[in-house]
Amino acid sequence: MQYIKNSKISTDEWVHVGPEGELPAQGNLIVPLARWQASRDELLARKAPIGLQLASSEPPELIRDDLGRFDLIALEFPMFKDGRAYSYARLLREQYGFKGELRAVGNVLYDQFSFMHRCGFDAYEVQKDADAQRFATALSEFTVRYQPDPDGSPSAIELRHQPHRNVKSAGSRP
Amino acid sequence: MYRYDEFDHTFVMERVAQFRDQVVRRLNGELTEEEFRPIRLMNGLYLQLHAYMLRVAIPYGVLSSRQLHKLADIATKYDRGYAHFTTRQNLQYNWPRLEDMPDILAELASVEMHALQTSGNCIRNVTADQYAGVAGDEVEDPRICGEILRQWSSLHPEFSFLPRKFKIAVTGSPRDRAAIKLHDIGIVMVKNPAGEVGCEFWVGGGQGRTPVIAKCINTFVPKRDMLSYSEAILRVYNMHGRRDNIYKARIKILVNEIGIEEFTRQTNEQWSHIRNGALDVPAEEIARITAYFAPPAYETLQDNPPSFVQNRDSDPAFAAWVRSNVAAHKIPGYAIVNISLKPIGGIPGDATDVQMHAIADLAERFSFDELRVTHEQNLTFADVRQSDLHSLWVLLAEKGLATPNIGLVSDIIACPGLDYCALANARSIPVAQRISERFADLKRQHDIGDLKIKISGCINACGHHHVGHIGILGVDKKGTEFYQITLGGSADENASIGEILGAAFSYDDVVDAVEKVVDTYVKIRTSRDENFLATVRRTGVAPFKEALYAVH
Repeated sequence: MQYIKNSKISTDEWVHVGPEGELPAQGNLIVPLARWQASRDELLARKAPIGLQLASSEPPELIRDDLGRFDLIALEFPMFKDGRAYSYARLLREQYGFKGELRAVGNVLYDQFSFMHRCGFDAYEVQKDADAQRFATALSEFTVRYQPDPDGSPSAIELRHQPHRNVKSAGSRP
Repeated sequence: MYRYDEFDHTFVMERVAQFRDQVVRRLNGELTEEEFRPIRLMNGLYLQLHAYMLRVAIPYGVLSSRQLHKLADIATKYDRGYAHFTTRQNLQYNWPRLEDMPDILAELASVEMHALQTSGNCIRNVTADQYAGVAGDEVEDPRICGEILRQWSSLHPEFSFLPRKFKIAVTGSPRDRAAIKLHDIGIVMVKNPAGEVGCEFWVGGGQGRTPVIAKCINTFVPKRDMLSYSEAILRVYNMHGRRDNIYKARIKILVNEIGIEEFTRQTNEQWSHIRNGALDVPAEEIARITAYFAPPAYETLQDNPPSFVQNRDSDPAFAAWVRSNVAAHKIPGYAIVNISLKPIGGIPGDATDVQMHAIADLAERFSFDELRVTHEQNLTFADVRQSDLHSLWVLLAEKGLATPNIGLVSDIIACPGLDYCALANARSIPVAQRISERFADLKRQHDIGDLKIKISGCINACGHHHVGHIGILGVDKKGTEFYQITLGGSADENASIGEILGAAFSYDDVVDAVEKVVDTYVKIRTSRDENFLATVRRTGVAPFKEALYAVH
């Protein structure tokens, strides 16, 4: 398992905890929704940053009112073909204005990186080391996109009609 | 037709490079077959019974002569000298090798083609009316909307892993030849009271196990909003479409489960956030794409030139072909020519490399260098001078391409069935061939009149049996092929789902049963002007049931 943040292999400072059991006294925790709902006061009392993980059956609508409590949201891809979290990511970034870390977890593979990045993810728990090593390559496979991206990268339509807008280099999300 | 600009060219070349890398990683074992599967599917690459099958995208069914020559060359070089035109206006190769796939894609890219999103759980190749631009009743050429949607849907970052496949069709005419009501999204180009052209959106149609006629969700979406509105529908579907059961994963099930009112509310809620934003299609872009579909340089001609009338009156074979295969064109002196890929006893939709080259040459000579693939697995020359019809017919006949049966009983849609497909329960192609041979007498076919037979080899309904005037569904009964017959289906603007007649027939008996149905129609029709579908709608299925099942 490798951790990618802002397109680079990085050290993960967060710890996943499960739905039950003692909460560690120290550290930044990523908790599942059930734990957040059950231990909300305890988590807030720790005064440490809180990360929330949503399963693909848990749309971000469920935590919309609490969004300001989280420094990180992890969205789960239980398998390659379950694409719900792509829409969740866009909702979080574009409609809910979430500015914290948006992390892809689960079945996260090379051929999804570009799609995930374009939907607003900026962090990844990557299953295969070889995939993580080639992360930057995945983002540079395409210089032409037919859709406007949430990070403001122009689409082919925008470039055709506003030629002063240069293509941002891939992976340039701030 | 649309031509790639620098952005489109770069995109497909980058796509070829990406897929080449994916194939290398599969062949060296870095990717497991399970991991490779969604990747290859998104590129139209299926693993069939005997080999890989590659499906090439033909956007809204439009091809240039140059492209068809290339498709023929690929059939020669990488396949067994033939290819198959599909009900999504695409083309399939049945015998390519995985190792050759990147090179095939590179060859396709050289003529501005690709195989992107011809399968997999993503937005599929957008289809359209094959009479686009030449139908007299057309509000607007549907290919403009089709091309805008094609680009937007290509490698969409959010919608490449949908619950299930997603099919969009567009028609510019009130007379629907694109089966838009049997699509996940169907679009009809319409005019509002102010005279502006926009899109009427239909949602939740489909075939498969649960055939559903689409519901109208918005009677007028301005063209600049077509992408934001489509994106809103897709987002609701992507988040809430069922993923627990592959047979309940299409958007039609979601729309039925939550109801069209609730689906509309959620779509509008999503739309309110993205409308008037980056997805707006600028007027300059609509104009740029519209210009590619400007009418060709028509000559000023008269309808029914003397040479044409004389040939038609003196040559009954030519007259029969004109009656079934030639349709009215909006410009005087021109005609629409349909080329049947359903020769008597042939495989519906198949064409050899030699035929493809011949057709490409004829399109160049007679129809402004362009042709279309129809969802009924035939080809269309949209712009032929009426004075050229006889010469074209003679040349088509030389290549076995002048079968005068468009819309008749032997113009059958059939899926590949058990001969090729890993999902099939029964053979489809040989049933189509046997029906076609039974009705080989063209005089009899013309006497029977309009009749659409559609055959699927399994419940997935790739052969559109639900909407056949006569639908035939192959089922497996304890290891033996049986065929269920439905009547009264239709895929046009008055779409309907066929009704099952009764117990299924064996492979040996199904052709007799179809013939009995047809003979019953001929017996009970009020006149030759009442076509098969009209008769079934008037009488219901009872007289046909009686003919097939009654014990006398």
